[in-house]
Amino acid sequence: MDIASAKLIGAGLAAIDVGAASLGVGFVFGSFLQSAIRNPAASDGQQGRLYIGFAAAELLGLMAFVVAMLILFAS
Amino acid sequence: MAAEAKIDPMHQFVIQPIAGNFAGGNPFVFTNSALWTLIVLGAIWFFMYGGMKRELIPGRWQVAVEGLISFIDDMVGVSMGPEGKKYVPWVFTAFVFLLFANLMGNMPFGVIPSAHPFTITSQFTFTGVMSIITFVIVLGVGFWKHGLHFFSLFVPKDAPLIFKFFIAPIEFMSFLVRPFSLGLRPFIAMFAGHVLLDVFGNFVVQALNSQSAGGIGISILCFLFIMFVSMIELLVAAIQAYVFAILTSLYIGEAVHLH
Repeated sequence: MDIASAKLIGAGLAAIDVGAASLGVGFVFGSFLQSAIRNPAASDGQQGRLYIGFAAAELLGLMAFVVAMLILFAS
Repeated sequence: MAAEAKIDPMHQFVIQPIAGNFAGGNPFVFTNSALWTLIVLGAIWFFMYGGMKRELIPGRWQVAVEGLISFIDDMVGVSMGPEGKKYVPWVFTAFVFLLFANLMGNMPFGVIPSAHPFTITSQFTFTGVMSIITFVIVLGVGFWKHGLHFFSLFVPKDAPLIFKFFIAPIEFMSFLVRPFSLGLRPFIAMFAGHVLLDVFGNFVVQALNSQSAGGIGISILCFLFIMFVSMIELLVAAIQAYVFAILTSLYIGEAVHLH
């Protein structure tokens, strides 16, 4: 297999993990919404942690994306 | 199709000299990165200057600047308690610099002919150095206030002895990763966002150049996608600045309070 095809296959495999990260981010927001509907008064104080959790989950997905970019484009 | 025109999303991140050149290992070159850092500095100075008139009844600009300052003040007060006041300058600097630098990268300066916009926080050097400054503060404060007792940060209190033996090395290694992840987070968010926008921008241009019936439709769809992703990018720019600031204040708070 030549290097160009291997690059494309590698980038495609790395992109699967970006989809896995979307599950993580959706879980963070979903559990926040579930508990916020139950207790709306207490949810405003926890919004900061919501964004921290979102950023942490998103970071790992974006790392997978960067791996895909490096495989495709790093010379 | 890839043979027609190679899509190169990495070209926007190349640091190019504007005055002088790098020949002979000369590091003192005025690059596009330096120019855009100065532009971000100008924007921050302009914004803060408008709010420093110290009117007793503040106008809208002063309310905005004071609102930003009290936002960070409250955040540091919640994370660190009253002795967090002395760390507000660094947390505020990091927040405002990251916010303005990220937002400058998303502004449509490309419509000006021959302006080559450059997002300074899409280079790991900027966010990595900010993370290094944060951890110099964390370690400095930790060892200054607590001496070697600082290492008790990694040992869970009120746990059975066998758990302390297992958890302490894991906590230590997780602490070692923190500077890297703190600096990596805003860099990767900006890097990935700009690569995505660049790729779809190339799609728009290539679809229009193909001059086929489907080309117009594809270019319109890609343009709408770019529009929505740009809206998300503005939100992500602000969120990444906020997360950097709140994690900085949490880490410094841990070093101050040791829990």
